[in-house]
Amino acid sequence: MKNKKSLFHIVKREALPWYQAWMIRGAAILLALVVCSLVTIIVTGLNPLSLYKTMFYGTFGTNRKTWVLFQKLAILLGISLAVTPAFKMRFWNIGAEGQVMAGGLACAAVMITLGSKITSNGLMILIMLVVSVAAGALWGFLPAFFKAHWNTNETLFTLMMNYIAIQLAAYFIIIWEVPKGSGKIGIINQKTRMGWLPYLSGKQYAIIVLIVIIMTILLHIYLKYSKHGYEIAVVGESERTARYAGIKVEWVIIRTMILSGALCGFMGMLLVGGTDHSLSTELVGGRGFTAVMVSWLAKFNPIVMVLTSFLLVFMQLGAKEVATNFYLNESFSEILTGIILFFIIGCEFFITYKLQLTKSSKEA
Amino acid sequence: MEAVRNAIKMEGITKRFGSVVANNAIDLELHEGEILSLLGENGSGKTTLMNMLSGIYYPDEGQIYIHDKPVVIASPKDAFDNGIGMIHQHFKLVDVFTATENIILGLQDAGKMNLKEAGKKIKQISEKYGFDIDPDQKVYNMSVSQKQTVEIVKVLYRGADILILDEPTAVLTPQETDRLFAVMRNMQKDGKSLIIITHKLHEVLEVSDRVAILRKGEYIGDVLTKNADQQSLTDMMVGRAVSLNIDRPLPVDPKPRLEVKGLTVYDELGVKRLKDISFTAYSGEILGIAGIAGSGQRELLEAISGLYPIAEGTVTYHNPKSGKTENLAGKDPLEIQKAGISMAFVPEDRLGMGLVGSMGMTGNMMLRSWRKSKGIFVDKKEPERVANAVWKELEVVTPSVDFPVRRMSGGNVQKVLVGREIAQDPAVLMTAYAVRGLDINTSYTIYNLLTAEKMKGVAVIYVGEDLDVLLELCDRLLVLCGGQVSGVVDARTTDKREVGVLMTRVGGKTNEK
Repeated sequence: MKNKKSLFHIVKREALPWYQAWMIRGAAILLALVVCSLVTIIVTGLNPLSLYKTMFYGTFGTNRKTWVLFQKLAILLGISLAVTPAFKMRFWNIGAEGQVMAGGLACAAVMITLGSKITSNGLMILIMLVVSVAAGALWGFLPAFFKAHWNTNETLFTLMMNYIAIQLAAYFIIIWEVPKGSGKIGIINQKTRMGWLPYLSGKQYAIIVLIVIIMTILLHIYLKYSKHGYEIAVVGESERTARYAGIKVEWVIIRTMILSGALCGFMGMLLVGGTDHSLSTELVGGRGFTAVMVSWLAKFNPIVMVLTSFLLVFMQLGAKEVATNFYLNESFSEILTGIILFFIIGCEFFITYKLQLTKSSKEA
Repeated sequence: MEAVRNAIKMEGITKRFGSVVANNAIDLELHEGEILSLLGENGSGKTTLMNMLSGIYYPDEGQIYIHDKPVVIASPKDAFDNGIGMIHQHFKLVDVFTATENIILGLQDAGKMNLKEAGKKIKQISEKYGFDIDPDQKVYNMSVSQKQTVEIVKVLYRGADILILDEPTAVLTPQETDRLFAVMRNMQKDGKSLIIITHKLHEVLEVSDRVAILRKGEYIGDVLTKNADQQSLTDMMVGRAVSLNIDRPLPVDPKPRLEVKGLTVYDELGVKRLKDISFTAYSGEILGIAGIAGSGQRELLEAISGLYPIAEGTVTYHNPKSGKTENLAGKDPLEIQKAGISMAFVPEDRLGMGLVGSMGMTGNMMLRSWRKSKGIFVDKKEPERVANAVWKELEVVTPSVDFPVRRMSGGNVQKVLVGREIAQDPAVLMTAYAVRGLDINTSYTIYNLLTAEKMKGVAVIYVGEDLDVLLELCDRLLVLCGGQVSGVVDARTTDKREVGVLMTRVGGKTNEK
């Protein structure tokens, strides 16, 4: 008779007090840093401490670097906030990339075509806002409408919508290219600065940061305290329960995706009008997908998303600095990011479960 | 007298889930060639204990012996290797496969799969024990009892000599139950050892040799069936005497409250699920709905509450306050709510339809009231008050009103659901399998709540499966059979036999009041 015996087994924990849960998370990050250091030493032979120092310098080293960090953080956080209502509803929207692009494209279109016709910057920005939000909302509405009425697969649908938006952008870039033949648009309205978001006390990115802070608070309130937020939570949990409670599931799906898309479109406008003042197919640069991770890591809590998006942006910017200073490939920092994420996600398991050593009863 | 040999001996078995001790130092023996009933209230740890024998759970402490040899059962395969086969409550069959294909599925015999040979062997097993099974029938064409037969043959085919049946009679009609018991006795004669988990005391007395009783995760003791009766078993099970009589006052001033006429519905595939259903539910009475599982009970309640599309027929509601009547057919739940019709519905699928598992009691109370507050924000005060009231009055076991209901035990989940529905102060209260899976104490709490509602003048519709309860709790019984009304009988004068016949044959013998 075989007599194998596992050394330990998995037991579900009772609910942990919050400070213990955070202690586990803290320990996981510490452990992740240790593992990162070991990997650094083994693979590159560099001193991990100087590596970390460089990463820190790359993000907070100068005033300019810090503002870049804030800008990137605000954009990633904003897109993450935008996808959150949909994911809370368990609507697998991986189309943020396209929704932001649609908004950015619409914004650029307004800036280019109306740049010499309108003289009031305020009116210009208002038109940009309306058009970008509408374009993003349309990109969100289409998959939701098909999902609600014909139960199409939203993951494939939103993914395909990304390609449409990016191809459209590529098409218009050729039409609007400056100078001809360059394949680029260049800076839009460089002289008149029409449609550029205003600088707050001389800081270019301050307005974006401010807007995203307000967005975070508003979305938190919307999800937690509003009737819409309640409907989203119920639909996400069980459509049958939602119908039972008299919630119009189709309408909630469509409404929420319009909101998600509209917020994405708005972020597209912030990118084009507030940061890039240009349009390229790399405008969003994969942040529509990273946002999904930020949102899930934070368990759809907008406030926690500030932390998760900060972590990802910090690692990304730190990586660039490391790459230039130590002549390392940027992929190395992606390895480090991967290790840290692994520990952060993995530690959630230990918050829900614990391992218990099998007490060996008498040996047979 | 020859010495008793143990097929299974469990020694000091303990299993914890978080802070909950599901089994605490249990010692249990199953003698060779006996039928042992494992009896206990819900949440007493019966299924957990058996799952450790079948390799689904692994004990935290303790030792298991099979035929007096110590063994480690770490996986279902280990269980099979030790000759243990478990028939679960929920069948695990592939619908598009035949009986034979399902039975040999997952077996790793050397050589080519030989369906013919397998079919022969299945026939042999069937004849030996008296199963009624067609090896080539597809599972989706089978009745519930046929599927169960396939599950049993499956474990026998794999050479199990110890069989564990987890509430096998819950889904069977009385006639099918009799057949199952006959088969069980045949297996016993052949030297197999069997454990049957059941709630139904008369079945325990009918089929088993010995009864082992668990209470709240503790092993209470065992008793030879011939020395036991319903009262003594109940006492051991609940720890104190529980009256088996359900209090049933006569209806006071019954008036028509809900009139269903010619109701016909089709499912998504166009199959007729309800055919020309007509009945009236009166205020101040409990109308029981009996029938074999899947006879249209779910469709009927969902159609009335606006969740299932109605093809033909009317559902007329008599408003007790205004005296007006209103046709509900064609309205969705929101429109019904807005028309001021207070209808409460306790659906069969508690967490999948009636509640939001991830939310606490407060969030779930809100499911019925969130729309009422003005403005765009939800009002949490009123639902919190209701949650606290339900928590106290129904003795819900939970650490707080914000504790996710998904993590509560089944009985507490149901208390939350029923408590919320009653708190709406309904004029019609519909319940589907309100006591399924609940322990005796909680079941009685529910019976008493329903009777109290009835005495308040509510029209209560009770869809049930346990005939004893239907006959004792309800005033009238509507029996469904294959989506049709098979008969309406007076619950005080009818008997089990009559209802059983109506359940299996439309109109079997009507006894209109």
